Amino acid sequence: MTVNPYLPLPYRVIAVRQDTPDTATVELRPVGAAIPEPAPGQFTMLYMLGVGEAPISVSGAPIEGAPLAQTLRGVGAVSKAIIRLQPGEELGVRGPYGTIWPVAEADGHDVLFIAGGLGLAPLRPAVRHVLANRERYGRVSLLYGTRSPQDILYRDELAMWRRMLDVQIEVTVDRAHRSWHGAVGVVTELIPRAGVDPSRTIAMVCGPEIMMRFSVQALQAAGMPCEHIYVSMERSMKCGVGLCGRCQFGPDFVCKQGAVMRYDRIAHIFTVREI
Amino acid sequence: MESLEGIVLAQPFFAGLDPAIGALIAGCARNHRFDPDAYLFHEGEEASEFFLLREGDVALEIQAAGRPTLVLGTVHAGDIVGASWLIPPYRWNSDARARTPVRALGIDAACLRGKCEDDPRTGYAMMKRFAPLLVRRLQAAHLQLLDVYGRSDPA
Ligand SMILES: Cc1cc2nc3c(=O)[nH]c(=O)nc-3n(C[C@H](O)[C@H](O)[C@H](O)COP(=O)(O)OP(=O)(O)OC[C@H]3O[C@@H](n4cnc5c(N)ncnc54)[C@H](O)[C@@H]3O)c2cc1C
Ligand code: FES
Repeated sequence: MTVNPYLPLPYRVIAVRQDTPDTATVELRPVGAAIPEPAPGQFTMLYMLGVGEAPISVSGAPIEGAPLAQTLRGVGAVSKAIIRLQPGEELGVRGPYGTIWPVAEADGHDVLFIAGGLGLAPLRPAVRHVLANRERYGRVSLLYGTRSPQDILYRDELAMWRRMLDVQIEVTVDRAHRSWHGAVGVVTELIPRAGVDPSRTIAMVCGPEIMMRFSVQALQAAGMPCEHIYVSMERSMKCGVGLCGRCQFGPDFVCKQGAVMRYDRIAHIFTVREI
Repeated sequence: MESLEGIVLAQPFFAGLDPAIGALIAGCARNHRFDPDAYLFHEGEEASEFFLLREGDVALEIQAAGRPTLVLGTVHAGDIVGASWLIPPYRWNSDARARTPVRALGIDAACLRGKCEDDPRTGYAMMKRFAPLLVRRLQAAHLQLLDVYGRSDPA
Protein backbone atom coordinates (compact mmCIF):
# COMPACT_ATOMS: atom_id res chain seq x y z
CA MET A 1 0.00 0.00 0.00
CA THR A 2 1.38 3.44 -0.86
CA VAL A 3 1.27 5.88 1.99
CA ASN A 4 0.32 9.41 1.05
CA PRO A 5 3.18 11.48 2.56
CA TYR A 6 0.84 14.44 3.01
CA LEU A 7 -1.83 12.55 4.91
CA PRO A 8 -1.91 13.28 8.64
CA LEU A 9 -3.18 10.66 11.08
CA PRO A 10 -5.68 11.77 13.72
CA TYR A 11 -4.25 12.06 17.26
CA ARG A 12 -6.10 12.95 20.44
CA VAL A 13 -4.75 15.34 23.06
CA ILE A 14 -4.27 13.57 26.41
CA ALA A 15 -2.80 16.51 28.30
CA VAL A 16 -1.36 19.97 27.72
CA ARG A 17 1.39 20.86 30.19
CA GLN A 18 2.28 24.52 30.49
CA ASP A 19 6.09 24.56 30.67
CA THR A 20 6.62 28.32 30.69
CA PRO A 21 4.29 31.30 30.15
CA ASP A 22 4.43 30.90 26.34
CA THR A 23 5.44 27.27 25.90
CA ALA A 24 3.51 24.06 26.45
CA THR A 25 3.97 20.35 25.86
CA VAL A 26 1.08 18.50 24.25
CA GLU A 27 0.76 14.79 24.90
CA LEU A 28 -0.90 12.85 22.13
CA ARG A 29 -2.23 9.36 21.46
CA PRO A 30 -3.34 8.03 18.09
CA VAL A 31 -7.08 7.76 17.50
CA GLY A 32 -6.46 4.82 15.14
CA ALA A 33 -3.20 4.01 13.36
CA ALA A 34 -0.01 5.50 14.81
CA ILE A 35 2.95 7.06 13.03
CA PRO A 36 6.15 4.95 13.19
CA GLU A 37 8.18 5.45 16.38
CA PRO A 38 10.24 8.65 16.07
CA ALA A 39 13.97 8.49 16.79
CA PRO A 40 15.70 11.22 18.89
CA GLY A 41 15.95 14.42 16.82
CA GLN A 42 13.07 13.71 14.45
CA PHE A 43 10.10 15.97 13.94
CA THR A 44 6.50 15.63 12.83
CA MET A 45 4.20 17.91 10.91
CA LEU A 46 1.33 18.88 13.20
CA TYR A 47 -1.85 19.85 11.41
CA MET A 48 -4.68 21.94 12.82
CA LEU A 49 -7.77 21.72 10.69
CA GLY A 50 -8.63 25.08 9.19
CA VAL A 51 -5.44 26.72 10.54
CA GLY A 52 -2.45 25.03 8.94
CA GLU A 53 0.57 22.88 9.58
CA ALA A 54 3.95 23.34 11.29
CA PRO A 55 7.05 21.17 11.74
CA ILE A 56 7.53 20.46 15.45
CA SER A 57 10.24 18.32 17.03
CA VAL A 58 9.33 15.30 19.07
CA SER A 59 10.19 16.11 22.69
CA GLY A 60 9.09 12.75 24.09
CA ALA A 61 8.82 9.52 22.10
CA PRO A 62 5.84 7.21 22.53
CA ILE A 63 7.84 4.41 24.09
CA GLU A 64 6.94 2.08 26.98
CA GLY A 65 3.35 3.27 26.98
CA ALA A 66 4.21 6.98 27.08
CA PRO A 67 2.28 9.36 24.84
CA LEU A 68 3.88 11.24 21.94
CA ALA A 69 5.04 14.58 23.41
CA GLN A 70 5.72 17.75 21.44
CA THR A 71 6.67 21.09 22.96
CA LEU A 72 5.57 24.29 21.26
CA ARG A 73 6.08 27.96 21.80
CA GLY A 74 3.01 29.89 20.74
CA VAL A 75 4.44 32.21 18.07
CA GLY A 76 1.94 32.06 15.20
CA ALA A 77 -1.44 30.72 14.16
CA VAL A 78 -0.67 27.00 14.25
CA SER A 79 1.46 26.84 17.38
CA LYS A 80 -0.91 29.09 19.33
CA ALA A 81 -3.92 27.02 18.30
CA ILE A 82 -2.19 23.78 19.33
CA ILE A 83 -1.14 24.90 22.79
CA ARG A 84 -4.71 26.07 23.40
CA LEU A 85 -6.13 22.61 22.67
CA GLN A 86 -8.02 20.84 25.45
CA PRO A 87 -7.71 17.16 26.39
CA GLY A 88 -9.99 15.14 24.14
CA GLU A 89 -9.58 17.43 21.13
CA GLU A 90 -7.87 16.18 18.00
CA LEU A 91 -5.17 17.25 15.56
CA GLY A 92 -3.35 15.62 12.65
CA VAL A 93 0.17 14.19 12.84
CA ARG A 94 2.37 13.01 9.97
CA GLY A 95 5.94 11.84 10.05
CA PRO A 96 8.28 11.24 11.72
CA TYR A 97 10.73 13.03 9.46
CA GLY A 98 14.33 14.10 9.45
CA THR A 99 17.67 12.87 10.69
CA ILE A 100 18.62 11.55 14.11
CA TRP A 101 20.88 12.81 16.90
CA PRO A 102 24.06 10.68 16.77
CA VAL A 103 23.24 8.60 19.85
CA ALA A 104 24.54 5.49 18.06
CA GLU A 105 27.76 7.15 16.84
CA ALA A 106 28.33 8.48 20.36
CA ASP A 107 28.35 4.96 21.81
CA GLY A 108 31.62 4.59 23.76
CA HIS A 109 32.25 8.35 23.74
CA ASP A 110 31.65 11.20 26.15
CA VAL A 111 28.51 13.15 25.28
CA LEU A 112 28.00 16.89 25.58
CA PHE A 113 24.51 18.32 25.05
CA ILE A 114 24.24 22.08 24.60
CA ALA A 115 20.70 23.43 24.58
CA GLY A 116 19.49 26.98 24.17
CA GLY A 117 15.91 27.96 25.04
CA LEU A 118 13.37 25.76 23.34
CA GLY A 119 16.31 23.77 21.89
CA LEU A 120 16.08 21.53 24.94
CA ALA A 121 12.86 20.07 23.48
CA PRO A 122 14.40 18.35 20.43
CA LEU A 123 17.38 17.25 22.56
CA ARG A 124 15.31 15.70 25.35
CA PRO A 125 14.71 12.35 23.59
CA ALA A 126 18.47 12.08 22.98
CA VAL A 127 19.26 12.90 26.62
CA ARG A 128 16.69 10.34 27.76
CA HIS A 129 18.15 7.75 25.39
CA VAL A 130 21.70 8.31 26.65
CA LEU A 131 20.63 8.20 30.29
CA ALA A 132 18.53 5.06 29.72
CA ASN A 133 21.65 3.42 28.26
CA ARG A 134 24.08 5.09 30.62
CA GLU A 135 26.62 2.26 30.62
CA ARG A 136 27.24 2.67 26.89
CA TYR A 137 28.57 6.24 27.23
CA GLY A 138 31.45 7.92 29.03
CA ARG A 139 31.03 11.29 30.69
CA VAL A 140 27.63 12.91 30.05
CA SER A 141 27.07 16.66 30.36
CA LEU A 142 24.15 18.93 29.56
CA LEU A 143 24.69 22.68 29.36
CA TYR A 144 21.40 24.54 29.15
CA GLY A 145 21.00 28.25 28.67
CA THR A 146 17.74 30.10 28.53
CA ARG A 147 16.37 33.57 28.86
CA SER A 148 15.32 33.79 32.49
CA PRO A 149 14.49 31.46 35.38
CA GLN A 150 10.80 31.56 34.33
CA ASP A 151 11.76 30.19 30.90
CA ILE A 152 13.42 27.00 32.14
CA LEU A 153 11.82 24.00 30.45
CA TYR A 154 11.22 20.62 32.10
CA ARG A 155 12.27 21.74 35.56
CA ASP A 156 11.27 18.49 37.26
CA GLU A 157 13.15 16.37 34.77
CA LEU A 158 16.25 18.58 34.96
CA ALA A 159 16.15 18.26 38.75
CA MET A 160 15.83 14.48 38.42
CA TRP A 161 18.81 14.31 36.04
CA ARG A 162 20.79 16.47 38.41
CA ARG A 163 20.18 14.00 41.21
CA MET A 164 21.87 11.27 39.17
CA LEU A 165 25.42 11.22 40.37
CA ASP A 166 27.10 10.55 37.03
CA VAL A 167 25.61 13.32 34.88
CA GLN A 168 26.75 16.93 34.80
CA ILE A 169 23.80 19.33 34.44
CA GLU A 170 24.56 23.05 34.23
CA VAL A 171 21.84 25.66 33.79
CA THR A 172 22.42 29.33 33.11
CA VAL A 173 20.05 32.19 32.31
CA ASP A 174 20.69 35.38 30.36
CA ARG A 175 18.99 37.60 32.90
CA ALA A 176 17.78 37.22 36.45
CA HIS A 177 16.96 38.98 39.66
CA ARG A 178 18.67 38.21 42.89
CA SER A 179 16.14 35.57 43.89
CA TRP A 180 17.74 33.22 41.30
CA HIS A 181 20.73 31.46 42.85
CA GLY A 182 21.95 29.69 39.73
CA ALA A 183 24.40 30.90 37.10
CA VAL A 184 23.74 34.04 35.04
CA GLY A 185 25.47 34.38 31.68
CA VAL A 186 25.31 32.94 28.21
CA VAL A 187 25.47 29.22 27.64
CA THR A 188 28.77 29.49 25.74
CA GLU A 189 30.45 30.56 29.00
CA LEU A 190 29.68 27.12 30.42
CA ILE A 191 31.67 25.37 27.68
CA PRO A 192 35.23 26.09 28.88
CA ARG A 193 34.14 25.37 32.46
CA ALA A 194 32.57 22.00 31.62
CA GLY A 195 36.01 20.40 31.41
CA VAL A 196 35.17 18.08 28.53
CA ASP A 197 37.84 16.17 26.65
CA PRO A 198 37.21 17.39 23.09
CA SER A 199 38.94 14.46 21.41
CA ARG A 200 36.58 11.88 22.92
CA THR A 201 33.38 13.89 23.09
CA ILE A 202 30.44 14.08 20.69
CA ALA A 203 28.58 17.40 21.04
CA MET A 204 24.90 17.84 20.16
CA VAL A 205 23.87 21.47 19.96
CA CYS A 206 20.33 22.77 19.59
CA GLY A 207 18.90 26.26 19.92
CA PRO A 208 18.49 29.49 18.01
CA GLU A 209 20.96 29.73 15.14
CA ILE A 210 22.98 32.56 16.69
CA MET A 211 23.39 30.60 19.91
CA MET A 212 24.52 27.56 17.93
CA ARG A 213 27.05 29.65 15.99
CA PHE A 214 28.62 30.98 19.18
CA SER A 215 28.54 27.52 20.77
CA VAL A 216 30.29 25.95 17.79
CA GLN A 217 32.96 28.67 18.00
CA ALA A 218 33.47 27.97 21.71
CA LEU A 219 33.67 24.21 21.05
CA GLN A 220 36.25 24.76 18.34
CA ALA A 221 38.21 27.06 20.65
CA ALA A 222 38.19 24.19 23.16
CA GLY A 223 39.75 21.98 20.47
CA MET A 224 36.73 19.97 19.38
CA PRO A 225 36.96 18.63 15.80
CA CYS A 226 34.11 19.75 13.48
CA GLU A 227 33.12 16.15 12.84
CA HIS A 228 32.32 15.68 16.53
CA ILE A 229 29.78 18.52 16.50
CA TYR A 230 26.14 18.11 15.48
CA VAL A 231 23.64 20.96 15.18
CA SER A 232 19.93 21.08 14.43
CA MET A 233 18.94 23.46 11.65
CA GLU A 234 15.52 24.99 11.16
CA ARG A 235 14.07 26.25 7.93
CA SER A 236 10.43 26.90 7.20
CA MET A 237 8.80 23.85 5.64
CA LYS A 238 5.85 22.86 3.58
CA CYS A 239 5.91 19.21 2.51
CA GLY A 240 8.40 17.86 5.06
CA VAL A 241 9.35 15.03 2.71
CA GLY A 242 11.85 16.51 0.26
CA LEU A 243 9.40 17.35 -2.52
CA CYS A 244 8.71 21.08 -2.46
CA GLY A 245 12.13 22.65 -1.88
CA ARG A 246 10.86 25.18 0.69
CA CYS A 247 13.41 24.12 3.31
CA GLN A 248 16.50 24.34 1.10
CA PHE A 249 19.75 25.00 2.99
CA GLY A 250 22.66 25.19 0.54
CA PRO A 251 22.54 21.95 -1.45
CA ASP A 252 20.42 20.19 1.21
CA PHE A 253 16.77 20.04 2.17
CA VAL A 254 16.52 20.42 5.95
CA CYS A 255 13.50 18.10 6.06
CA LYS A 256 15.52 15.24 4.52
CA GLN A 257 19.23 15.84 5.22
CA GLY A 258 18.39 17.59 8.53
CA ALA A 259 17.25 18.88 10.86
CA VAL A 260 20.23 17.25 12.67
CA MET A 261 23.41 17.84 10.66
CA ARG A 262 27.06 17.11 11.30
CA TYR A 263 28.83 20.42 11.49
CA ASP A 264 31.75 19.66 9.16
CA ARG A 265 29.23 18.99 6.38
CA ILE A 266 27.62 22.43 6.65
CA ALA A 267 30.46 24.52 8.10
CA HIS A 268 30.97 26.33 4.78
CA ILE A 269 27.41 27.66 4.77
CA PHE A 270 26.63 27.78 8.49
CA THR A 271 27.44 31.45 8.84
CA VAL A 272 26.09 32.56 5.46
CA ARG A 273 22.92 34.62 5.75
CA GLU A 274 19.73 33.68 3.90
CA ILE A 275 20.98 30.30 2.74
CA MET B 1 51.66 27.20 53.56
CA GLU B 2 51.31 27.88 49.86
CA SER B 3 53.24 30.97 48.70
CA LEU B 4 51.38 33.79 46.97
CA GLU B 5 53.58 33.23 43.95
CA GLY B 6 52.57 29.56 43.87
CA ILE B 7 48.90 30.54 44.13
CA VAL B 8 49.25 33.07 41.28
CA LEU B 9 50.96 30.57 38.99
CA ALA B 10 48.36 27.89 39.78
CA GLN B 11 45.48 30.05 38.49
CA PRO B 12 44.16 28.86 35.13
CA PHE B 13 44.10 32.51 34.05
CA PHE B 14 47.88 32.68 34.42
CA ALA B 15 48.60 29.33 32.73
CA GLY B 16 52.00 29.43 31.00
CA LEU B 17 53.10 32.62 32.74
CA ASP B 18 56.84 33.18 33.16
CA PRO B 19 57.51 32.47 36.88
CA ALA B 20 59.50 35.74 37.14
CA ILE B 21 56.36 37.66 36.11
CA GLY B 22 54.34 35.49 38.50
CA ALA B 23 56.64 36.69 41.27
CA LEU B 24 56.07 40.33 40.25
CA ILE B 25 52.29 39.85 40.30
CA ALA B 26 52.48 38.05 43.64
CA GLY B 27 54.21 41.17 44.98
CA CYS B 28 50.91 43.02 44.40
CA ALA B 29 48.67 40.21 45.71
CA ARG B 30 46.99 39.34 48.96
CA ASN B 31 44.52 36.68 50.05
CA HIS B 32 40.89 37.48 50.82
CA ARG B 33 37.93 35.64 52.26
CA PHE B 34 34.38 36.88 51.82
CA ASP B 35 31.29 35.60 53.61
CA PRO B 36 28.10 35.05 51.63
CA ASP B 37 26.47 38.41 50.84
CA ALA B 38 29.66 40.38 51.46
CA TYR B 39 30.64 42.75 48.66
CA LEU B 40 33.97 42.51 46.87
CA PHE B 41 33.27 45.99 45.52
CA HIS B 42 30.48 48.45 44.82
CA GLU B 43 29.50 50.27 41.63
CA GLY B 44 31.16 53.70 41.33
CA GLU B 45 33.97 52.95 43.79
CA GLU B 46 37.56 53.22 42.70
CA ALA B 47 38.74 49.99 41.05
CA SER B 48 41.78 49.69 43.28
CA GLU B 49 42.01 45.90 43.35
CA PHE B 50 40.77 43.07 41.13
CA PHE B 51 40.21 39.48 42.13
CA LEU B 52 41.04 35.98 41.01
CA LEU B 53 38.38 33.67 42.39
CA ARG B 54 39.93 30.61 43.98
CA GLU B 55 36.71 29.24 45.45
CA GLY B 56 33.05 30.18 45.45
CA ASP B 57 30.63 32.17 43.29
CA VAL B 58 30.25 35.93 42.86
CA ALA B 59 27.31 37.81 41.29
CA LEU B 60 27.85 41.03 39.36
CA GLU B 61 24.80 43.14 40.10
CA ILE B 62 23.20 46.45 39.20
CA GLN B 63 20.90 48.28 41.57
CA ALA B 64 18.28 50.62 40.19
CA ALA B 65 16.03 52.61 42.47
CA GLY B 66 12.55 51.13 42.73
CA ARG B 67 13.48 47.99 40.79
CA PRO B 68 14.71 44.60 41.93
CA THR B 69 18.47 44.14 41.82
CA LEU B 70 19.46 42.75 38.41
CA VAL B 71 22.18 40.09 38.15
CA LEU B 72 24.34 40.84 35.11
CA GLY B 73 26.38 37.70 35.38
CA THR B 74 27.94 35.24 37.76
CA VAL B 75 31.62 34.38 38.05
CA HIS B 76 33.03 31.20 39.42
CA ALA B 77 36.25 29.59 40.68
CA GLY B 78 39.08 30.22 38.23
CA ASP B 79 37.46 33.41 36.88
CA ILE B 80 38.59 37.02 37.14
CA VAL B 81 36.33 39.50 38.90
CA GLY B 82 36.70 43.00 37.51
CA ALA B 83 38.38 44.58 34.50
CA SER B 84 37.72 48.25 35.28
CA TRP B 85 41.11 48.51 37.03
CA LEU B 86 42.67 48.42 33.52
CA ILE B 87 40.71 51.26 31.96
CA PRO B 88 40.53 54.88 33.12
CA PRO B 89 38.76 56.29 35.08
CA TYR B 90 39.27 53.03 37.07
CA ARG B 91 35.78 52.85 38.60
CA TRP B 92 33.65 49.70 39.05
CA ASN B 93 30.55 49.64 36.90
CA SER B 94 28.66 47.06 38.94
CA ASP B 95 28.53 45.59 42.42
CA ALA B 96 30.26 42.27 43.07
CA ARG B 97 28.58 40.23 45.81
CA ALA B 98 29.71 36.89 47.19
CA ARG B 99 26.95 34.30 46.81
CA THR B 100 28.79 31.61 48.72
CA PRO B 101 31.86 31.64 50.95
CA VAL B 102 34.55 33.01 48.64
CA ARG B 103 38.33 32.71 48.66
CA ALA B 104 40.03 35.11 46.31
CA LEU B 105 43.38 36.55 45.45
CA GLY B 106 43.20 40.33 45.34
CA ILE B 107 45.69 42.12 43.09
CA ASP B 108 46.43 45.74 43.89
CA ALA B 109 45.63 47.66 40.70
CA ALA B 110 47.99 50.63 41.11
CA CYS B 111 50.84 48.27 42.04
CA LEU B 112 50.29 46.06 38.99
CA ARG B 113 49.74 48.98 36.62
CA GLY B 114 53.06 50.41 37.85
CA LYS B 115 54.85 47.11 37.17
CA CYS B 116 53.27 46.89 33.71
CA GLU B 117 54.48 50.44 32.91
CA ASP B 118 58.00 49.66 34.17
CA ASP B 119 58.33 46.31 32.44
CA PRO B 120 56.62 45.97 29.03
CA ARG B 121 57.05 42.18 29.17
CA THR B 122 54.84 42.05 32.23
CA GLY B 123 52.44 44.52 30.61
CA TYR B 124 52.26 42.39 27.46
CA ALA B 125 51.78 39.18 29.45
CA MET B 126 48.85 40.81 31.28
CA MET B 127 47.33 42.22 28.08
CA LYS B 128 47.62 38.83 26.38
CA ARG B 129 45.48 37.39 29.15
CA PHE B 130 43.04 40.26 29.60
CA ALA B 131 42.33 41.03 25.91
CA PRO B 132 40.73 37.60 25.16
CA LEU B 133 38.81 37.82 28.44
CA LEU B 134 37.43 41.23 27.50
CA VAL B 135 36.52 40.05 23.99
CA ARG B 136 34.78 36.97 25.41
CA ARG B 137 32.82 39.11 27.84
CA LEU B 138 31.90 41.54 25.07
CA GLN B 139 30.66 38.68 22.89
CA ALA B 140 28.69 37.29 25.81
CA ALA B 141 27.16 40.72 26.43
CA HIS B 142 26.21 40.91 22.72
CA LEU B 143 24.52 37.54 22.94
CA GLN B 144 22.64 38.56 26.08
CA LEU B 145 21.56 41.79 24.39
CA LEU B 146 20.35 39.94 21.32
CA ASP B 147 17.87 38.15 23.54
CA VAL B 148 18.15 35.13 21.24
CA TYR B 149 15.58 33.10 23.14
CA GLY B 150 12.98 35.87 23.00
CA ARG B 151 9.46 35.39 21.73
CA SER B 152 10.20 36.57 18.21
CA ASP B 153 12.89 33.97 17.68
CA PRO B 154 11.52 30.46 18.02
CA ALA B 155 14.20 27.86 18.67
C1 LIG C 1 12.68 20.85 12.04
C2 LIG C 1 11.94 21.88 12.84
C3 LIG C 1 11.62 21.61 14.14
C4 LIG C 1 10.92 22.56 14.90
N1 LIG C 1 10.59 22.25 16.18
C5 LIG C 1 9.85 23.12 16.90
C6 LIG C 1 9.45 22.79 18.22
O1 LIG C 1 9.77 21.72 18.75
N2 LIG C 1 8.70 23.69 18.88
C7 LIG C 1 8.32 24.89 18.33
O2 LIG C 1 7.63 25.67 19.00
N3 LIG C 1 8.72 25.24 17.09
C8 LIG C 1 9.45 24.38 16.36
N4 LIG C 1 9.83 24.70 15.10
C9 LIG C 1 9.47 26.04 14.58
C10 LIG C 1 8.04 26.05 14.05
O3 LIG C 1 7.85 25.07 13.09
C11 LIG C 1 7.76 27.43 13.44
O4 LIG C 1 7.87 28.44 14.40
C12 LIG C 1 6.42 27.48 12.77
O5 LIG C 1 6.47 28.53 11.84
C13 LIG C 1 5.26 27.73 13.71
O6 LIG C 1 4.08 27.91 12.94
P1 LIG C 1 3.00 29.00 13.33
O7 LIG C 1 1.91 28.92 12.32
O8 LIG C 1 2.61 28.82 14.74
O9 LIG C 1 3.76 30.34 13.26
P2 LIG C 1 4.04 31.23 11.97
O10 LIG C 1 2.81 31.97 11.65
O11 LIG C 1 4.64 30.39 10.92
O12 LIG C 1 5.10 32.21 12.63
C14 LIG C 1 6.40 31.75 13.03
C15 LIG C 1 7.34 32.92 13.29
O13 LIG C 1 7.52 33.62 12.11
C16 LIG C 1 7.11 34.96 12.29
N5 LIG C 1 6.37 35.32 11.06
C17 LIG C 1 5.20 34.80 10.64
N6 LIG C 1 4.83 35.36 9.50
C18 LIG C 1 5.78 36.27 9.19
C19 LIG C 1 5.96 37.18 8.13
N7 LIG C 1 5.11 37.28 7.14
N8 LIG C 1 7.10 37.96 8.13
C20 LIG C 1 7.98 37.86 9.14
N9 LIG C 1 7.85 37.03 10.19
C21 LIG C 1 6.77 36.24 10.20
C22 LIG C 1 6.22 34.97 13.48
O14 LIG C 1 6.24 36.22 14.13
C23 LIG C 1 6.86 33.92 14.30
O15 LIG C 1 7.97 34.43 14.98
C24 LIG C 1 10.55 23.80 14.32
C25 LIG C 1 10.88 24.06 13.00
C26 LIG C 1 11.59 23.14 12.26
C27 LIG C 1 11.94 23.43 10.85
S1 FES D 1 9.79 21.06 3.24
FE1 FES D 1 9.45 20.49 1.18
S2 FES D 1 11.41 19.89 0.55
FE2 FES D 1 11.67 20.21 2.67
